[in-house]
Amino acid sequence: MSEKAFQRIYTKLSAITKATVTLEAQGVANDELALVAGRLAQVVKIKDNAVTLQVFGGTEDIPTNAEVTFFGEPPTLNVSDDLAGRFFNAYGDPIDGGPAVEGEKRQIGGPSVNPYKRRMPSELIPTGIAGIDLNNTLVSGQKIPFFADPDQPYNRVMSMVALRADVDKIILGGMGLTNDDYLFFKNEFESAGALHKIISFVNTTDQPPVERLLIPDMALTAAEYFAVDKNEKVLVLLTDMTLYADALSIVSNRMDQIPSKDSMPGSLYSDLAKIYEKAVQLPDGGSITIIAVTTLNDGDITHAIPDNTGYITEGQLFLRADPDSGKVIVDPFRSLSRLKQHVQNKKTREDHSAVMNTSVRLYADAANAKTKLENGFDLSDYDLRCLDYAKEYATRLLAIDVNIPITEMLDTAWELFGKYFTKAETGLKEKLIEKYWKDPVK
Amino acid sequence: MKTTGKVTGIIANLVTVEVDGPVAQNEICFIDLDGVELMAEVIKVNGNKASVQVFESTRGLQIGDKVEFQGYMLEVTLGPGLLSSNFDGLQNNLATMEGVFLKRGEYTKPLDENKLWDFTPIAKAGDQVIAADWLGEVKEGWLSHKIMVPFNFEGTYTVKSVAKAGQYKITDTIATLTNAEGEEVKVTMMQKWPVKVAVGGYVEKPRPFKVMETGVRCIDTLNPIAEGGTGFIPGPFGCGKTVLQHALAEQADADIIIMAACGERANEVVEIFTEFPELKDKHTGRSLMERTIIICNTSNMPVAAREASVYTAMTLGEYYRAMGMKVLLLADSTSRWAQALREMSNRLEELPGQDGFPVDLSAIISNFYARAGYVKLNNGATGSITFIGTVSPAGGNLKEPVTESTKKAARCFYGLSQNRADKKRYPAVDPVDSYSKYLEYPEIIEYLDNKIEKGWVDKVTKTKYIIRRGKDAYEQINILGDDGVPMSYHEQYWKSELIDFVILQQDAFDEIDGSTPLERQKFMLDLVLGICDRSFKFEDFEECTTYFKGLINICRQMNYSEYKSENFEKYLGQLKEELKHE
Repeated sequence: MSEKAFQRIYTKLSAITKATVTLEAQGVANDELALVAGRLAQVVKIKDNAVTLQVFGGTEDIPTNAEVTFFGEPPTLNVSDDLAGRFFNAYGDPIDGGPAVEGEKRQIGGPSVNPYKRRMPSELIPTGIAGIDLNNTLVSGQKIPFFADPDQPYNRVMSMVALRADVDKIILGGMGLTNDDYLFFKNEFESAGALHKIISFVNTTDQPPVERLLIPDMALTAAEYFAVDKNEKVLVLLTDMTLYADALSIVSNRMDQIPSKDSMPGSLYSDLAKIYEKAVQLPDGGSITIIAVTTLNDGDITHAIPDNTGYITEGQLFLRADPDSGKVIVDPFRSLSRLKQHVQNKKTREDHSAVMNTSVRLYADAANAKTKLENGFDLSDYDLRCLDYAKEYATRLLAIDVNIPITEMLDTAWELFGKYFTKAETGLKEKLIEKYWKDPVK
Repeated sequence: MKTTGKVTGIIANLVTVEVDGPVAQNEICFIDLDGVELMAEVIKVNGNKASVQVFESTRGLQIGDKVEFQGYMLEVTLGPGLLSSNFDGLQNNLATMEGVFLKRGEYTKPLDENKLWDFTPIAKAGDQVIAADWLGEVKEGWLSHKIMVPFNFEGTYTVKSVAKAGQYKITDTIATLTNAEGEEVKVTMMQKWPVKVAVGGYVEKPRPFKVMETGVRCIDTLNPIAEGGTGFIPGPFGCGKTVLQHALAEQADADIIIMAACGERANEVVEIFTEFPELKDKHTGRSLMERTIIICNTSNMPVAAREASVYTAMTLGEYYRAMGMKVLLLADSTSRWAQALREMSNRLEELPGQDGFPVDLSAIISNFYARAGYVKLNNGATGSITFIGTVSPAGGNLKEPVTESTKKAARCFYGLSQNRADKKRYPAVDPVDSYSKYLEYPEIIEYLDNKIEKGWVDKVTKTKYIIRRGKDAYEQINILGDDGVPMSYHEQYWKSELIDFVILQQDAFDEIDGSTPLERQKFMLDLVLGICDRSFKFEDFEECTTYFKGLINICRQMNYSEYKSENFEKYLGQLKEELKHE
């Protein structure tokens, strides 16, 4: 993105806020890019001749006589196979010391796929983590975030999932990543020998927050190139979407928009949906799967960001520390994969959904028993068995450090049922009990 | 001559236009962006400035771009060929669009104008007719699609001639009518109607008096919805709104299902595209798609068209209702529609109401729900639109404007509970908070007396009472401990659990349990209430717990077995055996 000859240049700003500048200009198009005192900016509002630009790098130090050059086009990314293995900043410029990528110039944030042309997501993405595969099975073409408190190892889990998943390309969109986390991802990918299939767009905490707004669209434009043009299976990792939403609120605030819940812009739902809905299973085999991170304040999912996200995404994976087993687990109550029924019992064993439901129900009984215990009541024999079951279930299945195939997860669950419960207590269909029930090893 | 104008302001999809002539509120205009025509609707006029909401992305739009006003409001095309179609919110046919991506400014015709339809006349020369009277019919698949006097015809007309039985295109003239002044008007099989105006064409709208069977026990048994009634399903995400809506779409005893996917996930719509053609309608044995129309404005499609989508869906419903059809309209989710209103109101810099929503939100919602209903048509036939909307309250908190406004408008409330969803008790419809106002209608009580059995509503009331008592007992047990309460509390609690597990909970993905006909619902409710009527003498609470768990298990196995099958009878036998012990 550079200056060309005969571009219109203006030098008189009429208003400056922390994120936007306004000036008088003619022939400007909505969404067009411009350079304001050397910083990239985008047109967000035009009223008569007054054009308001959001300046991605922030407006510190910008004078009223700053030079403004319009590019005549919205943000673009050059797409080609050469993207693979490269690291870029929010503007799509290389940050790995390599050359600029040659390729077809595409506008980012483009149109959406015709819903009628989509296919039903139906391919299993196994991760080895039972809290995911058993209870919240992932499917290609799905969009799902991790809901996690900032102190939880979500980035580690996400890179683990990405590297284990059988996909052609992994695209990392890092928003407000700490430099340490950025290097963590880089090292993980490198040491797994997977760099050739990874493309990263990164905005770190030391860079201006408004820049982050470009990251998801950049990452997804690259993803669409590989999924649509090359029919590849693409996994997009977006971390952390809470910081993305924060940047949205900064801009809308500076534009004097009336905030809705939690000082977020009223359009938050649509803004997030535009990103997440890029997840797709295409008719010709290509797919885009999005795994994102939404960090929470002290587990509060009623905040506008996780709340809106939950309504858009196809489920959520909830990480929490389990004091009984001492492990970080994928919370079976709050987590959900909405597409799981498209693969469970179809791409996996017939007892999958039944085992999943029963094991979670029994875990809920254990939670009730625990409440009783905390309130100082006597526990019944059933309560005690539930508690023992819960501990083993958390350690052997829910913990994020588990890495086993799905059949083994199912067998483990049956083993636990047999060890702690009677057949009637599980309430499972008799047909399944006859086939899979395991009597406890004496 | 058409009014034209020039763009003078752009913020996202709100565009200000300076006009050179008269414009009407809600009039449609097209903005020319380098040859691409972007459709927009007037939402505010101030002096010679019109504010329009654009149904597409405004990327690249410039000050000075030309605008042409059309002189009509946003309207839909009505005629044979709507069934089984997949439209976007503006009634563009999604199936006939080219390419994988939606192109800006690409508008496709909703109906196939070349297709020939087998027409049979109903009216004959000399008949006096008014708007919505039937002139003839064509076979639209299984449906005899009535060709009506266009809804916008005022006064009485005399039929001059009706086309002979034969094959016609929707644009062919099939009747000529003469109005009071003696002028002749030609009628085709196709007509247009503005979506934001309710279609009339009926004599009266009586109070609903029939129940619409859905096969979902917690609705049919506990809080039935009336044919022509309204209901809504609020709930936090992850509580099963979508699964419940799909179950209703699959199983409800309606002639036509219209699903408006309003600002929701595209994959959910794909699920319908993919599964409905394969699934059989339990009432007729035909493919489900044959009775379904999908209006789809997914969350990533332009916001302004989201608002249009629910109106488009309602208008199509009214069209089929005027043919005497029983229509079920489902909108998921009306909150997204309200949010679209909020975004626009915000950009128009209107003073906000509660939570930033426009102040007339409540009026807009009631107005929309009021378009549903059971009607008597001019010729004595009847038709209905039953409307069920979902609401997605922010943070799952029902004290928010959309839920509160909808509560005033809808007669049935199916509140989904996070607590039940966490415990995987699906459908997570809260049995205590939810209600159906129709159970208070004398017409409905009488209808159920005849349809199911005399005194049925009393049984339902009793069931609810047991559930409520069970909840109270559960709270007491939690406060005082298992040993701190009398045995009767445990019994009370477990009786309500029996109802919960056997009647309320239902496995939507199970072939048999997924859909329960009324007769079977009655059988199971009688069975369960029979158990609740007994008084037991347990030694201690553990005995009570184990005993009831046993009963629940047997009853659930019954739910999974084909009604009155050998297996079903076997479990019934087991249950009777168990009950003897006590």
